Amino acid sequence: MTGLPDRIYIPGDSAARSVGADGVADALAAALPDSCEIVRNGSRGLFWLEPLVEIDRDGVRLGFGPVTPDDVADLVATGFPDSSHKLALGPVEDIPQLARQQRLIFARCGLAAPSDLEAYARSGGLRGLEVARTLAPDTIIEQVKTSGLRGRGGAGFPAGIKWETARKSSGERKYLCCNADEGDSGTYADRLLMEGDPFTLIEGMCIAARAIGARHGLVYLRSEYPDAIRTLKQAINVWREAGHFRDLVDGADVDIEVRTGAGAYICGEESSMLNSLEGKRGEVRAKPPIPAISGLFGQPTIVNNVLTLGSVPWILAHGGEAYRDFGIGRSRGTQAFQLAGDVARGALIELAFGVSLRSLIEDFGGGTRSGRPLRAVQVGGPLGAYLREADLDVAMDYEALAEIGGMLGHGGIVVFNDRVDMAHQARFAMAFCAIESCGKCTPCRVGATRGRETLDKIIAGDEIEANLDLLQDLCELMTDGSLCAMGGLTPMPVRSAIERFPEDFTRLAAE
Amino acid sequence: MPMLIDTIDDATARAACARLANRPDALIEILHAVRRASGFVSDAAIATIADALNLSRAEVLGVVSFYHDFNRRPAPRHVLKICRAEACQASGGEAVATRLESAFASAADTIEIRSVYCLGNCALGPAALLDDRPIGRLDPDALIDELTVSGVLSGGVE
Ligand SMILES: Cc1cc2nc3c(=O)[nH]c(=O)nc-3n(C[C@H](O)[C@H](O)[C@H](O)COP(=O)(O)O)c2cc1C
Ligand code: SF4
Ligand code: FES
Repeated sequence: MTGLPDRIYIPGDSAARSVGADGVADALAAALPDSCEIVRNGSRGLFWLEPLVEIDRDGVRLGFGPVTPDDVADLVATGFPDSSHKLALGPVEDIPQLARQQRLIFARCGLAAPSDLEAYARSGGLRGLEVARTLAPDTIIEQVKTSGLRGRGGAGFPAGIKWETARKSSGERKYLCCNADEGDSGTYADRLLMEGDPFTLIEGMCIAARAIGARHGLVYLRSEYPDAIRTLKQAINVWREAGHFRDLVDGADVDIEVRTGAGAYICGEESSMLNSLEGKRGEVRAKPPIPAISGLFGQPTIVNNVLTLGSVPWILAHGGEAYRDFGIGRSRGTQAFQLAGDVARGALIELAFGVSLRSLIEDFGGGTRSGRPLRAVQVGGPLGAYLREADLDVAMDYEALAEIGGMLGHGGIVVFNDRVDMAHQARFAMAFCAIESCGKCTPCRVGATRGRETLDKIIAGDEIEANLDLLQDLCELMTDGSLCAMGGLTPMPVRSAIERFPEDFTRLAAE
Repeated sequence: MPMLIDTIDDATARAACARLANRPDALIEILHAVRRASGFVSDAAIATIADALNLSRAEVLGVVSFYHDFNRRPAPRHVLKICRAEACQASGGEAVATRLESAFASAADTIEIRSVYCLGNCALGPAALLDDRPIGRLDPDALIDELTVSGVLSGGVE
């Protein structure tokens, strides 16, 4: 079938824009009649297909991609044929890498314009909040506890238990802070949701606010995400005008404010983030007290990641037990795995916990983009371990990764080919920690700089054995003596690189 | 003359503080507003903000120096932020960054390169941000051509 559509979609998402979506939108606007509506939707997260143009034909979304501005004339002239065109992908929902996902949080991402509240409601949005409005706060918390939802920001702390603590703490006011600092390399899921389906986050925040009794919501959003900041602010305004903030906490309204970060990785650590939200240096605070008891301005505060809060609408709409049916062991529900680096089909893959790393990289990712052999994979961001090919059969859940000395973190998976030099990667881990350390404790502030210098010597072939011993001592000191996980976990990528790729550290000695 | 600075009131900073009700907790937002309007955070801006928010100058300076976003010197008209984090390293980003650094060296007055760590575009690396415009699969030659044509790198390439 062919024919010009009434409505055509081209993402306004910054990743799609980074590879030319704006140019495609302009070309479409010039080539199509005015009667055809051009929607700047969110991205589906299938990045290797971006810019991905979609049309609606008889209620089915057909995809074309990746489209360049030069392709537009031909697509319009041929009437967007269902299959015969070289860019035709067929029904988007049937693309195997999407069809085989289990999208709960990201079910709506990319369907509509991010500020289209009617489309949001039509595709199942608002149902979780409607249910939550009929429930007492304690019952909401029970549902979240039943679901087994754990924090998606990295530490994996059970969300329901945190909420319960904040619910029970008393203070003049309570705060709900959404951690949208997403600093980990290889992760972009928070950004994708905020740019593609921000109402899901806002709805989750409304439910959380009601559960803990917080009328003040803040989103701490990194400055590196200007598009997400704009989109989320706009969506909050639409939400407010529609009245969905009203009457949520003991008859009172809730509101959400977006605050911009300022380029400090450590501000993703929750207590550093609270200092930053108070207008201070983002130094880490000693615990206790935990934020749920004394957080922002000394008041009971919940800090949750974007995806933790984004999971809540589905849990309320379908029940905690339905959510718990996904996943394995103590890792319940779905995780947004993010494929990055040298990977052929870079994409966000939302699946129940327990899928193997190999399946994600090979079946979904299609191996390396360069075609070179895979050599290393870093899972869990800059503080996560480097794994090798022989580790790929590990099940992706919190415990299984911890067992092999790794961590899931925020779900980022960075693929490296055989050109990677693991001594340089270890050096980078130390250098990054030295740049981003908040400076509060010595093992991290001084240790990271010493670690980088020691690795420089190893890379230069200078007394390799002795310096490797020194580096191990430093790693131990940082692990045991750091106040937070920045200094405490930087040894993880360093040690995993030494352990799994020793040849890269001793090469110079052998030569 | 150490007193001189006290007499300079930075109008941009004063207005930014007023817009946010002179709230000390809004300091980061205020500094962003100043940086956007002036291109950097000057001594006069720091003194003005300290006065408006009833903080010491050292407190404001302490915050400014903590965050990478707040440059203390005027920035050129264009800033190219290049991602130097792991996923972009894995997509060949280091070679791209090195190439651009040398190509832009002669145009330091109009464009500055800054290293950043992850732009959330890790599936389409190497990633960059040219002012507010996202660039994925960064092709150094294409970018050099574009900036030469637009006059940012006026003939001084290579
Ligand atoms: C150095 C460091 C950086 C962190 N960065 C982030 C981040 O960018 N986003 C995030 O949600 N959590 C981050 N965390 C984890 C937070 O401290 C905190 O555990 C989390 O926001 C709690 O929310 P959750 O329970 O929903 O995961 C970071 C932790 C550390 C130590
Ligand atoms: S470990 Fe590093 S980042 Fe964490 S508190 Fe200590 S100095 Fe700050
Ligand atoms: S690592 Fe470069 S954009 Fe994320």
